Amino acid sequence: MSIQVINLEHIYSKGSPFEYKALTNINLTTIKGEFVGLIGHTGSGKSTLIQHFNGLLKPTSGTILYDGIDIFANKKKSLKDLRRKVGLVFQYPEYQLFEETVAKDVAYGPGNLGYDQEKIESLVRESIELVGLDYDEIAEKSPFELSGGQMRRVAIAGVLAMEPEVLILDEPTAGLDPRGRDEILGQIKNLHKKRKMTVILVSHSMEDIGRLVDKIIVMAKGEIVVYDTPAKVFSQVKKLEAIGLAVPEVTYLLHRLKETYPEIRDDIYTMEEAVVEIERVVFKGGQHVH
Amino acid sequence: MDHIIEVRNVTYQYPSLENEKKEQPALSNINLSIQRGEFVGIIGHNGSGKSTLSKLLNAIILPTEGDIIINGMNTKDPDKLWKVRQSAGMVFQNPDNQLVATVVEEDIAFGPENLGVPTDEIWERIDRALKTVDMTDFRKKKPHLLSGGQKQRVAIAGILAMEPECIVFDEPTAMLDPAGRREVMNTIKMLNREKNMTVLHITHYMGELVDADRIIVLDEGRILLEGTPDEVFTQIDLLKSKGLDVPAMMELAHQLSLRGYPVPQSVLHIKDMVTTLCQFK
Repeated sequence: MSIQVINLEHIYSKGSPFEYKALTNINLTTIKGEFVGLIGHTGSGKSTLIQHFNGLLKPTSGTILYDGIDIFANKKKSLKDLRRKVGLVFQYPEYQLFEETVAKDVAYGPGNLGYDQEKIESLVRESIELVGLDYDEIAEKSPFELSGGQMRRVAIAGVLAMEPEVLILDEPTAGLDPRGRDEILGQIKNLHKKRKMTVILVSHSMEDIGRLVDKIIVMAKGEIVVYDTPAKVFSQVKKLEAIGLAVPEVTYLLHRLKETYPEIRDDIYTMEEAVVEIERVVFKGGQHVH
Repeated sequence: MDHIIEVRNVTYQYPSLENEKKEQPALSNINLSIQRGEFVGIIGHNGSGKSTLSKLLNAIILPTEGDIIINGMNTKDPDKLWKVRQSAGMVFQNPDNQLVATVVEEDIAFGPENLGVPTDEIWERIDRALKTVDMTDFRKKKPHLLSGGQKQRVAIAGILAMEPECIVFDEPTAMLDPAGRREVMNTIKMLNREKNMTVLHITHYMGELVDADRIIVLDEGRILLEGTPDEVFTQIDLLKSKGLDVPAMMELAHQLSLRGYPVPQSVLHIKDMVTTLCQFK
């Protein structure tokens, strides 16, 4: 259940005056069960890249392998199957809700797969509960009666109902308040843990990426600049800033503190770790407590 | 009178169908005065009434009860409607929904043209607005080819060309990458400090409000808290119980102090935290 990208290049409107090279020389492999963050400035190619993962876009050149098999090798059949296995949640997915009730909306995907009614119902119930909503309370409501955060979760449930092996989310927390953000990210983290699902999370929040993912893909101008662990990625402050990104606030702080406390670690990117490190170095493990 | 905005006993109830049960009002009995030149942050969870308030200020909707006075004009006065909207400009979350023309300078001309500004003056306003947001080099470009931060700056220039008295920013950075957020926040702060523009900034990013003059916290349609960033963000437990955040340095100060270390609770900026922590060397 790995995705492997080999020498991928994507050119929009090739041969027209609007020709635009969105991706160049992309090579990467995700491992089954990994939680991968994808960061990059607007227009860096993140959305173009993830649309290749489930075959929505076809490479101009290069190959995408899913479990070792070229996703475009056997046209129709394999693509349909791939799109079930690789679930893609677009930005502002709540705009794609359209059915009369929440249950019908979530049932749309599995319905198209030709499952029997009983299986569809159980998938719908399970998916709605996976995103932290109460099935009995919400199933028969119109999706348009719900709050923005709830609507977004219903949209994610619609993708989960297809039982994907890989879940790709394009900025799932944009526009949500801090609680809505924490809830959705918490549920994604749970899915990743319980279902051993591979998750690819696109986000502009360095804080969210830092506290969730195993590895980070950094993109700029259509290329992968770095693909490494958060500690390695966030220690490259200058490089990230030069390509329009940033590091978490606590990482900036630790970099500044290093001038006075040379022994302090500056490869830290979560609040919890920063507290412990400041306690260890600045307060000598607790000797300053009065 | 130097209150550019006055909100007096305002309640707003979204209309409901006859057979529906009445929802609780989106805003209940709000009183608020904004001074000319002030930078006011507005925070609150989704559904707390922030966007309803911003729509009321722009006369997109009118109060169910109470009055809103913008620059001396009641938003309920139909004769003043366009003058009110020109006085209180709005910048929204999604830059793609706000840009209407195919060339940057034409987009900026859209507002003043609708106000009936003479052509020569429109050109002058375009020049000034582009210069203010530092987008002069992009005046002939197509908006859809700009980055998110640049698009928002064009949207801001479009508002500036209408020469408003104040600008309401409704989550203008929610869709931007880190560089775009920095660009837009620097532009907003510059407008406030150098051009003395009154700014109401609605956001979920608490870090954007560390330099605000005042922060208003809305909850269930009421004002829960109001004060300087210091006063508001030190109410960390209350804010968290309402599903809100505090700026990262405040959170860190809070965590360190919970562990018994003598770190003041009101550290907002990284540089202040550096100074504080370096005292223990």
